Amino acid sequence: MNVKNVKRVTIKPNIWDLLYIPAIIGGLSITFKHLFKKHITLEYPDEKWFPPPGYRGAIRLNRDELGREKCVACEMCATACPANAISMQGGAAPWDDREKYPIWYKIDMLRCILCGMCEEACPEEAIELTVIYDFADYTRESLIWDKERLLKNYDLTKDGNYYKRQLEENKKR
Amino acid sequence: MTQTGNIILDVVIIVIKIVIVLGVNLTIVAYLTLAERRVSAFMQDRLGPNRVGPAGLLQPIADGIKFFTKEEIIPAQSSKLIYLMAPSFVLFPAFLTYAVIPVGPTFSAWGYSFQMEIANLNIGILYILALTSFVVYGVVLAGWSSNSKYPLIGGLRSAAQMISYELPLGLSIIGVLMIVGSLRLSEIVNFQTHLLWGFLPRWNVVLQPLGFLIFLIAAFAESNRLPFDMAEAEPELVGGYHTEYGSMKFASFMLGEYAGMITSAALMTTLFFGGWDFPWVNESALGVWGILLAVIAFSLKTGFFLFLYLWVRWTLPRFRYDQLMRLGWKILLPLALVNIVVTAIVMAFLA
Repeated sequence: MNVKNVKRVTIKPNIWDLLYIPAIIGGLSITFKHLFKKHITLEYPDEKWFPPPGYRGAIRLNRDELGREKCVACEMCATACPANAISMQGGAAPWDDREKYPIWYKIDMLRCILCGMCEEACPEEAIELTVIYDFADYTRESLIWDKERLLKNYDLTKDGNYYKRQLEENKKR
Repeated sequence: MTQTGNIILDVVIIVIKIVIVLGVNLTIVAYLTLAERRVSAFMQDRLGPNRVGPAGLLQPIADGIKFFTKEEIIPAQSSKLIYLMAPSFVLFPAFLTYAVIPVGPTFSAWGYSFQMEIANLNIGILYILALTSFVVYGVVLAGWSSNSKYPLIGGLRSAAQMISYELPLGLSIIGVLMIVGSLRLSEIVNFQTHLLWGFLPRWNVVLQPLGFLIFLIAAFAESNRLPFDMAEAEPELVGGYHTEYGSMKFASFMLGEYAGMITSAALMTTLFFGGWDFPWVNESALGVWGILLAVIAFSLKTGFFLFLYLWVRWTLPRFRYDQLMRLGWKILLPLALVNIVVTAIVMAFLA
């Protein structure tokens, strides 16, 4: 332990410091300069924050090239989910290229912690996290998202311009 | 007090002046609350309230509607009469002081001479000092009648602080009064309209720099603004003397505080910065334009000091209570006395 090497330094103020006026003027000049600096405020509803790549926002269910959901109802996501937010019921698929599809699929966004474990668990790349960060709502029922709602999220975010489009809509209003 | 020789005309003129002065001051007070928030926001690289109306200019109206429609709450254990009276003790003296502040030179029109103040008292400064000391009653009574510990501490602190700083405040003016030789504010301004050595405006700040500094510091303390806002001290005392006040009663305290700021800004301008004097210009020779120029000069100077209030508030931290008392009694009071003595000696040699 090198405690003995610690040196206590006391700065004795000289007469100039004891006047306090120069220090106060220095402080005033700093705040005055800040008057003309760029404001860092983001005026949220008018401006939008663009999340960086890899941001984990609201969940979507991907569609394949024919517009059908990619999901095969394997329940890997429901198993991986630490918050038990995902539930579904699988059934025989009406299409020839797969055996199962989800008859209904629900994510309780009040339980979801946006960890992205479902995305990692999914073998079909059918479930993904999007950039959407403002999906607050008024009732608990409306935050339990069903299959249609999650597929709509895919339609909204597939081109990656979700917030740019919202900004343009703001301008039109 | 008669100016025109006709009593009815005099009364009409004075009522018109009162309406104008009160209206202008209430508007300035309302917009000071907005300016405070926007200036503080700009100094912290934020934007401040800008949603109500263009650039947030209707914010004071929204605030007023909010204050008027809020529920009136009176604490059950409070002394109700004093509790309800206290805000007016703060509010009214602050507005009454404007009566003697000249915003322009006396001018004649239509054969009459008009004064640019409501009352040209021969004891103008004493009148202002008396009324500003009255504010301390409002603060103490508000703290005491709330029957709650934090308002009481805030009120007591504020009483001690205001009484302590009243001394340097009064003594710092004495230097000016000795030089000018009058308590009448219009004469103090007239004295400052001349030039010193032919080029420097003979403002009292040039003749009394130390006096101005003491007056500035003491005026900050008198109006309970940071760095001297012991009466409020949010981190320690919740809200200080107005913790238990809500709705329009709270707004009265705020209006009183801002009105007090305007008083001291106008007083600093009048006493030390030449009042309505625009240097190197003879206002009375320019007719209407001279009066306009004088009013603009007065407004600009007062506006600068109002900005200084906001500026200092968002720059300096609050004093500790013992530091506050030490500054008042051990530094400002002796300095003010020294200022008087030095002024007297210099005047004796020059006479």
